[in-house]
Amino acid sequence: MVSGLFIIITSQNYIKKIVGLAIFQTSVFVFFVSLAKIIDGTAPILNSTNDVYSNPLPHVLILTAIVVGVATSALGLAIVLQIYKNYGSIEENEIKKVELKENN
Amino acid sequence: MNFLIINFFLISILLLTTFYIFKTTSLISVVALTGIFTLVCAAIYVNLDAVDVAFTEAAVGSGISTILMVMAVAKLPEGKKNELLNLFPSILLSVSIVIVLLLIITNLPLLGDPNAPIHLHVTPEYIKESKSIFHIPNVVTNILASYRGFDTLGETIVIFTAGLGVIVLLTSNTLNRKTKFKKKVKK
Amino acid sequence: MKDNISSSPILNIVSRILFAPIIIFGLYVQFHGDYGPGGGFQAGVIIAAAFILYSMVFGIKKGETLVPIKINQYLMCIGVLLYAGVGVVSIFLNGNYLDYNVLASDSSSGQHLGIILVELGVGITVATVMIALYHSFASFRIKDD
Repeated sequence: MVSGLFIIITSQNYIKKIVGLAIFQTSVFVFFVSLAKIIDGTAPILNSTNDVYSNPLPHVLILTAIVVGVATSALGLAIVLQIYKNYGSIEENEIKKVELKENN
Repeated sequence: MNFLIINFFLISILLLTTFYIFKTTSLISVVALTGIFTLVCAAIYVNLDAVDVAFTEAAVGSGISTILMVMAVAKLPEGKKNELLNLFPSILLSVSIVIVLLLIITNLPLLGDPNAPIHLHVTPEYIKESKSIFHIPNVVTNILASYRGFDTLGETIVIFTAGLGVIVLLTSNTLNRKTKFKKKVKK
Repeated sequence: MKDNISSSPILNIVSRILFAPIIIFGLYVQFHGDYGPGGGFQAGVIIAAAFILYSMVFGIKKGETLVPIKINQYLMCIGVLLYAGVGVVSIFLNGNYLDYNVLASDSSSGQHLGIILVELGVGITVATVMIALYHSFASFRIKDD
């Protein structure tokens, strides 16, 4: 999880920043799902042979969050494409240079 | 404990993948490594008995997300090797967050403990009701659509809005920075 | 950038053969969601994957004739409105918003009907949004012609 945060802060490339965000997100999902596990339980689909099921509530929250995460990272990619169209670069330091040149 | 051994193995693959994502500069291999990352996460979900989540992660996370990233990267230039931003402060921040999280983890209940607080509150009623009253075997679908219907409605609207946002960003011609700025300066 | 319409006969024939089974699998996941793993989110993505495969192999132009952009955008709205509409119908039948017990004569079949309708709405929205995302990414051009 922290390595995702580390990638977000340190890398200059916007695509890598989005990938870091995705890693951050997915590791939080793994943590959430691991809370739902019960030893000797099975998947929460009711049947006549098992009595112990793992907790379905975190599964529901994470299931919707995954799809939303993909939709939002697609939005981020669209913004990166527009930035490249307008600035000609997707590296943060080069974009800062272009901005400085235009302001002077 | 087979379960724990498999989990440690998969999580070490995750750490290795993250390290290589951090190291590589070629964007297309970063995207491929992200696909590997999400697929291994799907395997972890199966190991943790979350079949619905694993299904979603395999279809959405490593399928559609990878395709969209490849489509975007195909139109972008190769990544460049740049010096890292804010190296010292970010190492400090990461290490301090790791310490705080480890302190919190010592207070959590053990993995797989059936008497943890999360398993005692509303979930037993959900499982009992969907078995005896509603006759819906898949509890996840029942909670998703019925008990937490408002939540799912909100998520659907978020997906819809993100789709609209991408359509507006990528298909409209009015977002050209230079023409807009020049107009403002003239005024 | 031109559309790279594939000339390889293997890709052509395999994607032709796979198109229908992928959609049928998506529909199975959609309507079997009460009984096994699956539901609207996964089914929407699987159905979208079939259309994305089609427009990857045969080019975006052909994909857009298969799913016209206008109809796709209408379907996006219809999915969300179907979900919200189920809630409004249950208000008119003297229930709370999104309370499916009143949709049929007894609560069990009411829940089944409500869950199937809601999952259908979610599935339509997710499938059409994913197709729209793919089409807008594929037809975006960095340099204006």
